[in-house]
Amino acid sequence: MKNILKSIAALVTVLIAFTSCNDTKKSDSKSGALASNVAEKVYVAPGEHDEFYAFVSGGFSGQLAVYGLPSGRLFKVIPVFSQDAEKAWGYNEETKPMLETSHGFIPWDDAHHPDISQTAGELDGRWVFINGNNTPRIAKIDLTTFETTEIIEIPNSAGNHSSSFVTENTEYVVAGTRFSVPVPQKDMPIKDYKGNFKGALTFISVEPEHGHMDIKFQLIMPGFDYDLSHPGRGKSHGWFFFSTYNTEEASTLMEVNASQNDKDFIAAVNWKKIEEYVNNGGGTMMPANYAHNVYDESTHMATSTMKKEVLTVNPLDVPGAVYLMPTPKSPHGCDVDPTGEYIVGSGKLSANLTIHSFTKMLDAIENEKFAGDAYGIPIINFDDSLAGVVEQPGLGPLHTEFDDKGNAYTTFFISSEVVKWKVGTWEVLDRQPCYYSVGHLMIPGGNSQKPFGKYVLAMNKITKDRYLPTGPEVTQSAQLYDISGDKMELLLDFPTVGEPHYAAGCPADLIKPRSKKLFPLEENNHPYATKSEADTKVVRDGNTVHIYMTMIRSHFSPDNIEGIRVGDKVYFHVTNLEQDYDVPHGVSMIGANTSELLIMPGQTETFLWEPKQEGVWPFYCTDFCSALHQEMQGYVRVSAANANTPLKWSLGEDIE
Amino acid sequence: MNTFKQLGLVLACISLFFACKNESQEAQSTTSVTNTEETTTERSGQAFIQDDEGTPNCLQIAIGSPDHKTLVAAVQAAQVENALVNVGPLTVFAPTDEAFAALPEGTIDNLLKPENKNTLADILKYHVTPGNLSTTILTKLPKLGQANNQSVQVEVVDGKPVIGGANIIASVPAGNGIVHVIDKVLLPPSE
Repeated sequence: MKNILKSIAALVTVLIAFTSCNDTKKSDSKSGALASNVAEKVYVAPGEHDEFYAFVSGGFSGQLAVYGLPSGRLFKVIPVFSQDAEKAWGYNEETKPMLETSHGFIPWDDAHHPDISQTAGELDGRWVFINGNNTPRIAKIDLTTFETTEIIEIPNSAGNHSSSFVTENTEYVVAGTRFSVPVPQKDMPIKDYKGNFKGALTFISVEPEHGHMDIKFQLIMPGFDYDLSHPGRGKSHGWFFFSTYNTEEASTLMEVNASQNDKDFIAAVNWKKIEEYVNNGGGTMMPANYAHNVYDESTHMATSTMKKEVLTVNPLDVPGAVYLMPTPKSPHGCDVDPTGEYIVGSGKLSANLTIHSFTKMLDAIENEKFAGDAYGIPIINFDDSLAGVVEQPGLGPLHTEFDDKGNAYTTFFISSEVVKWKVGTWEVLDRQPCYYSVGHLMIPGGNSQKPFGKYVLAMNKITKDRYLPTGPEVTQSAQLYDISGDKMELLLDFPTVGEPHYAAGCPADLIKPRSKKLFPLEENNHPYATKSEADTKVVRDGNTVHIYMTMIRSHFSPDNIEGIRVGDKVYFHVTNLEQDYDVPHGVSMIGANTSELLIMPGQTETFLWEPKQEGVWPFYCTDFCSALHQEMQGYVRVSAANANTPLKWSLGEDIE
Repeated sequence: MNTFKQLGLVLACISLFFACKNESQEAQSTTSVTNTEETTTERSGQAFIQDDEGTPNCLQIAIGSPDHKTLVAAVQAAQVENALVNVGPLTVFAPTDEAFAALPEGTIDNLLKPENKNTLADILKYHVTPGNLSTTILTKLPKLGQANNQSVQVEVVDGKPVIGGANIIASVPAGNGIVHVIDKVLLPPSE
């Protein structure tokens, strides 16, 4: 009894201890609020959705990754300029044409600057555009399917870097060349670069209904390097601004030779004026050769067309359309604030930020306050467009985005930090370190009149010790900061796919309701679509065999095929008959020299198999589709090249 | 047997109390987080990563040199370590202890005072330029744009580059650029 009492007393003590512990915790969380609720701010409970989509380019992976913010969860990697075996992108017969160029099939590119379409200066969440740098291309991703639906090659361009930014009604997506090159290309000595190479700034019109892209005109500029660009907005709508470096026009040891001038330029282009000029018949049509690849959602197929000419415009032919604003030194970022008044130049070799005023620029043009010209293009007096300078905010300024409260946020590569400053007073308000060597940053809606200033995402090139090591190559990263208060607060640090070069963000509500769940089978116009098992067949045409196949949980139809011969070209045209959300099927054939197919409900895809050996060869479903996924399989009998095994196919019975 | 059980319970109590104590200690330290944060971030970043495999970076070279004690002390006082360790590439002009000693008496002591941190940082940044510039390349450049946003003139004397009047005594390749040891402290021109 005594013992029991003692035990009870002890138990009570324990309970009290627990209770007091809880009390302490409660008061802790109040007193240490700032530090303790960081996890809460990025925690999106299981089953809950994130507030924002972030489209983060994969840089040299050629892809675009879709993350949720604030959680940093990865939802999808959209193949754009790179083959993706997971989704058969660039492997199946339907999407191979998407990667065609004037240089042939190119299964890779360097994907840099995604930008979301806009209506009336605000995000509309319809499409994302992104540039391929290496073999100049612009892609359009449809945000109902999250698939790349169009790619246009850019002629007369090389290192398509100051791209792919949209104007405020998505009238144009703009692509500026990084490298100047001979225009048109020709065999000439490299040393004759200066004065002879040209830089093409390409304005691609976007058809409002379907977003189809077409090159409206190319402005053929002096042979500088064009680094980044942004559209005017609001009062400056109708203008586009491009940062330039290598105004020295050097072609070798650029790290030294392109850094000699104290100031390079931000080029201001009045595209409305040039549009009017070309609409009235202006410009010179130049022979060209570039691919235009369009994916048709109704046929589930892409076609590639080679275009043979492009309209070029000499800036000197359109007086009043192009001006140069001197900007220290080798400006990288060229960013326009939400009001359209300020253009921020981030001279990467300067310790200051240089801000131009659109109003002052117009006044300088009006009153011809020029400091001379470059190849006939007027250079505005530095002081006459200058709005202000942010003095020594950090080292190596790179890119500026804006919130909705009149603040700007600039990344500094060398000093590895994000610096918050006030637009108009140019005073530094706050700084936070980045881990490490930050490149671009993103505020959802950053390239629009309406930024959503809740978070900024900074994208780092180097992580060194930040994560578990994975050999010499370690992940790059993105870091999320809360910017809703006066001071920025680091919330999250998450690994990314490839190089997180640049990003565009959008409230989820603008995209989510329009996301497609499946493709209606009755709308499938693929020439080899099979809409019921009754219609499946195998057709021989010489050495080519077309298999019209269907898939549904949990079998293929047909699943037994005979009469295929060594040396045949066998096309599997496979239609997913499912009409249920999130039930794709995959298919792969032993020895097929390609990837699997991953076929969405209602979709048809095709792969080619060229059997090299006699035998009976299996194929199976590669996407874990159902409880009987492991039963979803079939056999193809391959006979000798000269055999006369009759062509037969079946499902659920012995082949007779 | 019962005694053991009770002992166990008592131990449990004690450990719980201890756990509580620890927690409240932690809580106390987090309460003051807003005050301490600034100092902690100043001591974090790439400069403080332990890595003994790679080629030493500009900062590590300076730290490892017997002739750059003043420079290292100055870098630490100005808290510009991270400016010397990033991927760069950087060219760092590193004045020797002797060069610092040649400054008027009291200059260094004055600069090392906390209230002169910004001036000191400005001077130190005047010794750094982007790019991996060998002495050969330096002879071809009339001036260099330094990290403090001012320029320093380069002259060529007897085929060798002289940077703002300073001679290059030695050059050490670094993991993130190059360190040129110089015999004079570069002072930013007043504007």
